[in-house]
Amino acid sequence: MKPFTFKNRLHIEKHKGDTEDMRIQPISPMEGDLLTYPLQQHVGAPANPLVKKGDRVLLGEKIAEAMGRISANIHSGVSGTVMDIKPMLAPHGQFIESIIIESDGKMEEHPSVRGIEDTYHLTREHFLHIIKEAGLVGLGGAGFPTHIKLSPHDPDKIEYILVNGAECEPYHTHDHRVMLEKPGNIRESMELLLRLFPFARGIMAIETNKMESVMLYKKLFASNDRIEVIGLPPTYPQGSEKQLIETCIKQQVPMGGLPSDIGVIVLNVSTVAAIDAIIRRGRPITRRIMTLSGDAFANPGNYEAVLGMSYKDLVERAGGFKLRPYKIMSGGAMMGWALYNLDIPIIKTDSMILAFSEKIANIQPEQPCIRCAKCVEFCPMGLLPYEINTLALEDNLEGFKKLHGMACVECGSCSYICPSKRHLMQSILMGKTKIRRM
Amino acid sequence: MPQNKNPASNYLITSKPHMRSNITTQRLMLDVIIALLPALLVAIINFGARGTAVIAVSVISCVFFEWAYQKIMKKPVTINDFSAVITGILIAFGIPATVPLWTMVVAAFFAIVIVKQLFGGIGQNFVNPALAARAFLLAAYPALVTMYDFGLAYDAIAAPTPLVQFAEAPLYTPGFADMWNILWGFGQTRGAIGEVATILIIAGGAYLLIRKVINWRIPVFFIGSTAIMLLIFGRHGFMTGQPHYEIFLGALMLSAFFMATDYSTSPMTALGQVVFGIGCGVITAIIRLWGGFPEGVTYAILLMNLLVPLIDKLTKPRVYGAIKGGKT
Repeated sequence: MKPFTFKNRLHIEKHKGDTEDMRIQPISPMEGDLLTYPLQQHVGAPANPLVKKGDRVLLGEKIAEAMGRISANIHSGVSGTVMDIKPMLAPHGQFIESIIIESDGKMEEHPSVRGIEDTYHLTREHFLHIIKEAGLVGLGGAGFPTHIKLSPHDPDKIEYILVNGAECEPYHTHDHRVMLEKPGNIRESMELLLRLFPFARGIMAIETNKMESVMLYKKLFASNDRIEVIGLPPTYPQGSEKQLIETCIKQQVPMGGLPSDIGVIVLNVSTVAAIDAIIRRGRPITRRIMTLSGDAFANPGNYEAVLGMSYKDLVERAGGFKLRPYKIMSGGAMMGWALYNLDIPIIKTDSMILAFSEKIANIQPEQPCIRCAKCVEFCPMGLLPYEINTLALEDNLEGFKKLHGMACVECGSCSYICPSKRHLMQSILMGKTKIRRM
Repeated sequence: MPQNKNPASNYLITSKPHMRSNITTQRLMLDVIIALLPALLVAIINFGARGTAVIAVSVISCVFFEWAYQKIMKKPVTINDFSAVITGILIAFGIPATVPLWTMVVAAFFAIVIVKQLFGGIGQNFVNPALAARAFLLAAYPALVTMYDFGLAYDAIAAPTPLVQFAEAPLYTPGFADMWNILWGFGQTRGAIGEVATILIIAGGAYLLIRKVINWRIPVFFIGSTAIMLLIFGRHGFMTGQPHYEIFLGALMLSAFFMATDYSTSPMTALGQVVFGIGCGVITAIIRLWGGFPEGVTYAILLMNLLVPLIDKLTKPRVYGAIKGGKT
């Protein structure tokens, strides 16, 4: 049997030690807090608001409805009053129409928050309806609506439900904590999913730098012969959907295709844990587990925040900063975004806040390319980063497309490894964005 | 304070990734210099003050010309990336210690200014500067740079280099003493400055492989294909070659590990590196067997350097998920 690995993997420092043993701590909004719900927190069309200024809303109440085929509902995470609906700054830097709710501090639950007791006789249609109503999107960061992902053309052709617990991104430990603290949810979800996809096998893939999780799930699923737990070598970008499939199933997703084309559905481990909470407890997606890490934080750890809370409130209630933050990123060190300020809301696809002090924040200046070929050697997609970088900088978008620049998974391995510290990822992103806007 | 700090922002804003490896151009070049040090040390011991002077003039001239060109052209000075130092050492390594020192200044000028800087500096030269300089000297001052017998200058005993000796006596079967002499070469002064202690060149190459400065493809396919060619088309007819001896002669090891692997002038794709290595090896063997020069590596690598853009173009790696044979 071939070893579990993928092409052109990169070994990087994972920096998980600070937070991997920190239990998830809930942080709730207080009375008078303003919560902001951008209408687009997912891939697809923005949701349509169902409330207006002055309305009273309850915890778990649907405040915006999915529009079009690919979209997701949004629910209030608190009870309180709708203050306004206006464009607000979202984590990725754009202004997005958002619903602003003032919390009354009571956390009064909406009557729609009601679970299903008999999950054994749940039909696929009913299941998908509940998942859609709950506004579940891929919690690994992509934010693709889960009910669409779980509705492939031919559900009987799905051979593998692949649970992504790789968490290859440095500093991230929230998935690890979810795996350790919510094994019941994950087991129930897996069993439910395998009932709904009767011809599928479950694979749970976890990097071996989280040995505690690997051992826990090997034991948990030992008696279930439809579920296999795989310990993956800690490489980067192991958790990228395409690379994970290459590793576990030894097949590649055809270019421009979806994993379901080769009979695979990949779900992040946090998404899987959320499925059970939605089905059995009726809880829509109103919370998000965030890792706070980096040398600037006073109390790095894992925190369960309510969606819509501002980054600033979360950071303050988690103990604030120890050193002056010089650079703050949402989403991680390799694939995250640098932030202008912290007055932005936590959304479904967020996963971490990383804060670096001046000591480690700086990146050396760019130097000329020496053609060392390390970017080619470490591109997991088999691209020529140095060449598509040049094409993007020259604005040669046709050439960029021809060399499959659009197939880039944005893992950042090329920029990471470049000895000349060239901003390869940045220009490739720019090229991709320009082509998408054409 | 970095220049890209956005004045409208409280924090530093840069594109992802926010983590970079600690590999730098400077560190890679420093590793190459470290890999060359053992051979350099033996060269200094074997060739004494004269050898040291040739190396020193070459290195200092290379660094000076790089600095001077960049100053005059008002470009950022990049001598601290150490690449000019490597060029200087490699030019000297391919030259006999008997050359007049001024030829090293000419060679350094040709390598750094004509071949490297005029084409855009580091990463932009289309042939290896050290090899181009060597080829230039061979063409311009053939008598000066092929007088390999260092002993001649002192005690007037003429002896050809081991490679020439071997080429002229093809029926000669090298024994253990010859092998030892070639690999270790202590006290040996017949040959170019960097060619006398082959084992130390190989050790330097191994260091570069371990440090992942170079990868194995070019040296292995270069040396391997030279050996196979020399074996099959032996000097005394079909299958009479003695590659186990011959690959350690001349500049093959030095060139395979330190010159053919030059980043700027070798292919960037894995398959391209294999093609390039084989091309270098085949041409080297052809020149050694049937060419007018005893050694063929210089022209073999220079020729293959010219093919690099074409090789890169024709050996693009398979993109993830691309269907075999067809486009996307």
